[in-house]
Amino acid sequence: MTAGGELASREVLKGMIHMLRHRGPDETGVHVEPGVGLAHARLSIIDLAGGGQPMHNEDSSLWITFNGEIFNYLELREELIQKGHVFATRSDTEVILHLYEEKGEDCVTYLNGQWAFAIWDRNRRRLFLSRDRLGVRPLFYTWVGRNLVFGSEIKALFLYPGVRRELDLNGLDEVFTYWCSVPPRTVFQGVLELPPGNSMTVEAGRATVRPYWEAAYEGDCGVVDAAKESDYAEQLLDLMIDATRIRLRADVPVGAYLSGGLDSTLTTALIKKFTNTRLRTFSVSFEDAEFDESPYQREAMRFLDTDHQEVRVTAAQIGAALPEVIWHTEKPILRTAPAPLFLLSKMVRDSGYKVVITGEGADEILGGYDIFKEAKIRRFWRAQPNSRMRPLLLRRLYPYLDKIQNQSDAYRKAFFHIQVDPALEAFFSHIPRWQLTAKLKSFFSDSARAELGSDSSYAAISAGLPGRYSSWPGFCQAQYLETKYLLPGYILSSQGDRVAMAHSVEGRFPFLDYRVVEFASKLPVSLKMKVLDEKYLLRRCAKGLIPTSVRTRRKQPYRAPEGSSLLDPAAREYVEELLSPARIRRDGIFDPQSVEKLLDKFRRGAAIGIKDNMSLVGIVSTQLLVHQYINNFDRKGIAYAA
Amino acid sequence: MPLNQELRQFVTDNFLFGKNNASLADHDSFLDKGIIDSTGVLELVAFLDERYGIHVQDHDLVPDNLDSIDNLARFVSSKLPRN
Repeated sequence: MTAGGELASREVLKGMIHMLRHRGPDETGVHVEPGVGLAHARLSIIDLAGGGQPMHNEDSSLWITFNGEIFNYLELREELIQKGHVFATRSDTEVILHLYEEKGEDCVTYLNGQWAFAIWDRNRRRLFLSRDRLGVRPLFYTWVGRNLVFGSEIKALFLYPGVRRELDLNGLDEVFTYWCSVPPRTVFQGVLELPPGNSMTVEAGRATVRPYWEAAYEGDCGVVDAAKESDYAEQLLDLMIDATRIRLRADVPVGAYLSGGLDSTLTTALIKKFTNTRLRTFSVSFEDAEFDESPYQREAMRFLDTDHQEVRVTAAQIGAALPEVIWHTEKPILRTAPAPLFLLSKMVRDSGYKVVITGEGADEILGGYDIFKEAKIRRFWRAQPNSRMRPLLLRRLYPYLDKIQNQSDAYRKAFFHIQVDPALEAFFSHIPRWQLTAKLKSFFSDSARAELGSDSSYAAISAGLPGRYSSWPGFCQAQYLETKYLLPGYILSSQGDRVAMAHSVEGRFPFLDYRVVEFASKLPVSLKMKVLDEKYLLRRCAKGLIPTSVRTRRKQPYRAPEGSSLLDPAAREYVEELLSPARIRRDGIFDPQSVEKLLDKFRRGAAIGIKDNMSLVGIVSTQLLVHQYINNFDRKGIAYAA
Repeated sequence: MPLNQELRQFVTDNFLFGKNNASLADHDSFLDKGIIDSTGVLELVAFLDERYGIHVQDHDLVPDNLDSIDNLARFVSSKLPRN
């Protein structure tokens, strides 16, 4: 958007949208008029013939470019028609335009979906941008003087003349603490991310960002009687059924991810309620039994009678794929887990599918993560620190991690006996994770560390906490932190949208229907984790719908081979090159001696811990980012992936 | 190489990756300083076995024996055959 009304270059816009062709390979469109230039790469899913973009309203006073889906578009369309709106297409895109005409910027509160869009309001000379509530779809922007440049991915912004490509050390610092940068900051200087649940209005070179929705976990800790519990279970299942139903709306076939866990098995079971055609399901399996869940996947597949296909992933494939994965994540990662999902989306696409439903979001909103359980035990123990029995519950943590299970009780107690500064009590649940991750910053170079200082007040997150946060139960606070930061910043992006869209695959997430999220956020805490049973209410809902073995198994988080995949011959050459002392010194982010010692530890086959793995993956992915986006962008830095 | 120095070298190379050597006092707790995680304990145990032939028993797997350079040195000395 140009503040002075100048015409944007059509050629530049074409180049930018070409950069995002993986997000929408079916069709591209560009619209330029004084004050604005819009471009769109289309993944055709609804109204294949009529849904081209950028799209305008009847008198061309409004133009939209939109990535995503509005799942309640049929109901909204009907209401708008009754109010006299005339539709030229059957698309959900046009529904947003008419809804904007009707409701103005409040239109977003009526949408049930996943979106990033920009509407050019010609008469007001105003650009209105919005991103969905939970942050399923990405939206970035930057300024060149008073001109706003925006796009679904940062790589497109870098093609606009005058946009600098420099790492933001503070953004990197956040990734090496929280696993993600905290919006609006990204790991690139001057490039901003519109936070989930926010809209932005830009007029005459000035932007106003405004939240329209916020997750608020306000469930109480009271006891729930049996009748009330049944009532909650029924309501949750009804909501999930409807959330799944509207996510099947597409003019192309919809498939499903089936991980072998409770969440995706349940969403798959719900899809089966609505489809008479055979359902295609897809999963990742691993050669390494430590990570593999294929026995459960096959059980679910047999029970639900789906046509199932799995991609069996090796450490070598992960190592070989990582450069391309980082090209798509546009931020460092600390675990290799996005790589197998990148390979999975390729299989989905090669099978002719471009839409999949997955179980993402259940762990955050219904209390499935280990971090919730760990915090609950730590709190319980802290209440009576001299109790001999309470710390024995620590044995219940991380049953799938041999190195924790093989510890003596004395050491287990020592590991989880984490003192939290009273000033940081708001982050009780997350301090262990953040402190562990921040240890990785010891690999930063002296100059990087000097520039960053040693602030550990978690100010970026403190600043964004809702006013009522301190009154919420600790369990709810932990859920909020996961939903607000890790979910959009890592799970839905590096492990979600970015690696799925790398192969033009769209994920849809019934658990992240805002009605389900709002319902879950008000549930009594005991229905999320009953004693130490995670996702208690969801397990109850799933009774009879999925195999008992899947329903009652303990949660095994999705993990993949880590550092070993980067020492595999398939990756070793680029890893050794990017981590060579000369390269490390030149790029200036890490300390060459420390990196060399870390690599040496891997090379000589020493016992490798969580921190070692995270360090290596974090350093390699940061170096890949620098290589691809800073040093070689003009020469298509993705060359390593070739 | 004196025992304390040898233990320090191992900890520095394997857990600190060459950094902070000077800032780690012999009495500093590895746990409090966030130097050792669950794998680190197993690494230490493997090192004591390989380097000194000490087979660490389960009841010896406690921070009092392993959680600082001083503690380690005391533990190793107590297990090594006396001349």
